[in-house]
Amino acid sequence: MLDATPKKIVDRTALRVNPCKTCQPVGAMYCALGVHQCMPHSHGSQGCCSYHRTVLSRHFKEPAIATTSSFTEGACVFGGGSNLKKAVKNIFETYDPYIIAVHTTCLSETIGDDLKSYIDEIDIPAGKLVIHTNTPSYIGSHITGFGNMMCGFINYLSKKSNTVSDKIGIFPGFVNPGDMRELKRLATSMEAKYIMFPDTSDVMDAPNKGTYQMYPKGGTTVAEIKELGSVRKVLGLGTIVSKPAAEKLKVKCGVDFDLVPYPIGIRATDTYLMKLSHLYKTEIPAAIADERGRVLDGMIDAQQYFAGKKVAVYGDPDTVLGIAAFCLELGMIPYYMITGTPSDAFEKEGAALFEGYDVKPGVIKANADLFYMQQLIKNDPVELLIGNTHGKLIAKAEDIPIVRAGFPVMDRYFGAEQPIVGYRGAMRLAEMILNALLDRKDRDADDTDLELVL
Amino acid sequence: MGKKIMIVGCDPKADSCRLILGGLAQRTVLDTLREEGDDIELEKIMKTGFAGIRCVESGGPEPGVGCAGRGIITSINLLEQLGAYTDDLDYVFYDVLGDVVCGGFAMPIREGKAKEIYIVCSGEMMALYAANNISKGIRKYAETGGVRLGGLICNSRKVEGEAELVASVAKELGTQMIHFVPRDNMVQQAEIRRKTVIEHIPDCDQADEYRTLAKKIDGNDMFVIPKPMKQERLEQLLMEHGLMD
Repeated sequence: MLDATPKKIVDRTALRVNPCKTCQPVGAMYCALGVHQCMPHSHGSQGCCSYHRTVLSRHFKEPAIATTSSFTEGACVFGGGSNLKKAVKNIFETYDPYIIAVHTTCLSETIGDDLKSYIDEIDIPAGKLVIHTNTPSYIGSHITGFGNMMCGFINYLSKKSNTVSDKIGIFPGFVNPGDMRELKRLATSMEAKYIMFPDTSDVMDAPNKGTYQMYPKGGTTVAEIKELGSVRKVLGLGTIVSKPAAEKLKVKCGVDFDLVPYPIGIRATDTYLMKLSHLYKTEIPAAIADERGRVLDGMIDAQQYFAGKKVAVYGDPDTVLGIAAFCLELGMIPYYMITGTPSDAFEKEGAALFEGYDVKPGVIKANADLFYMQQLIKNDPVELLIGNTHGKLIAKAEDIPIVRAGFPVMDRYFGAEQPIVGYRGAMRLAEMILNALLDRKDRDADDTDLELVL
Repeated sequence: MGKKIMIVGCDPKADSCRLILGGLAQRTVLDTLREEGDDIELEKIMKTGFAGIRCVESGGPEPGVGCAGRGIITSINLLEQLGAYTDDLDYVFYDVLGDVVCGGFAMPIREGKAKEIYIVCSGEMMALYAANNISKGIRKYAETGGVRLGGLICNSRKVEGEAELVASVAKELGTQMIHFVPRDNMVQQAEIRRKTVIEHIPDCDQADEYRTLAKKIDGNDMFVIPKPMKQERLEQLLMEHGLMD
């Protein structure tokens, strides 16, 4: 397994192997699926659209609907205007969404299709909407695309208002529907009035009730996205992923924002709840405080197994930062923190996590790949991997246990429906980590040393 | 000279064959593709004009949209598929833009399509800049394919010391100025009548200049991989010749 990875690390500028990120449109598509009755539309050739849908379906184990402009050679030479026009007509006739969210592809970006003017020229049926964003994959990653699509919605829809509403906007970031559901539960328990945007809960984890619904009940409504322009504040979760959309809304509608880390682990969840507490002048409910206490109790109980364990955390920048922060709280050392998404902030914020702890990080690197992470591990091993499915080959090659978290997890089930955010998420994550470590301990133990009680 | 010739116009303006065909009489490959789909017959896009010259215009998308470079790739591939390159052809001329702006426009010099490149320029600065730029493109493909620079053709704009300047630029590039075509109003008169000079007034001096050029190209045996100049050196040359008197 992965026998060709050499131990010696050389600087690479062009080549990425196992890149730890994917195309911008994957993020754009996921974001658009988090809008109620929205059809994500891929303006490019069919292969792009199929691939992006497949990536999402493999992770969520749900159909990911999307349409395509079906570029051929002709569209590439003459521009995709007529393809889009025809597509929009067909989509409204055939699939009847309320809104179409168009994102571009590398092909349409390279030939320079001007989506804004195409959309202006299209005869859109009354009461229906078409919006767009630009998602060239030679810049950034799916995280960038997710943010760009949020900006696209805000750009077209959010309206500035003279009256400020009592609501806040919560941008959950590129997290699972299970996470969004948990974030909403916590916000509701704090008596917050909020608009979560986007919201893929009840879309990408829609329950099976015997009939297929193309547009399930979940998703941020268009009315809510319009209303985002008049909320009193935006709470952006994920300092990297939610930043562009929060800034866009600030510029367009003057809405202030706070960016906080994903509420993964104790401290980050505390921060999330305290923000809500300040905004709505509410006390932390006893039930939530109890949840916190129970996780803490478990963390202390199992401390001996967490303490000092070196971990490699990889995946999307905010997810890695969140999980690494929780690792530190558990007494582990997030020794390698790797993301494929280009981000200067990732490396700075990663280093800042270690302030106040008596341990040092190994390597914190953005715009990197998993080939590099494997090389790092060959030179200075870790005891656990935490990240997406792409790390499983390294786990096997280097014989290291792996905990699956983040995106995409393509080889396990029931993950997207459950949270890693909040105190409940922390307990789940702690349990997964501990199980992986203890399974390994049992596996490696001699028959005479196999402990019944741990 | 009685050679069998085909001209493939690779300019989105589609005016390469205008004078051979007596006007913009031709539907371009891409227009045909757009209107009729992929199933095209050769007769639809190739017309025969003056002196039995076969003419094809690649064409392009409407100005400002799409990708003209990809258009050239599409049409040259299509010509190959349709069997436009027959063995009886002595010469295929690709008339390409003065600037190789992307891989598409370089298509005729890629993959061993064109074998000899002649750069039409004048003694004006921008023409020589462009010539130097094209040389960079040729050098790139010369190392992998068989394409070579055959020389510069000076299409005079009556700049002072023009022949000397172009000749010295050619020398610096490692090639030759294969012919100096003087400026003559005859060209404009012929253009207005939608004819080449040779067809319009076959026995004038200018027509003879073109015949000489044709003979020189037919007999040319100097094919080089050009050595493009650095900007500074090119400007130095321009200065030397421009400020002579």
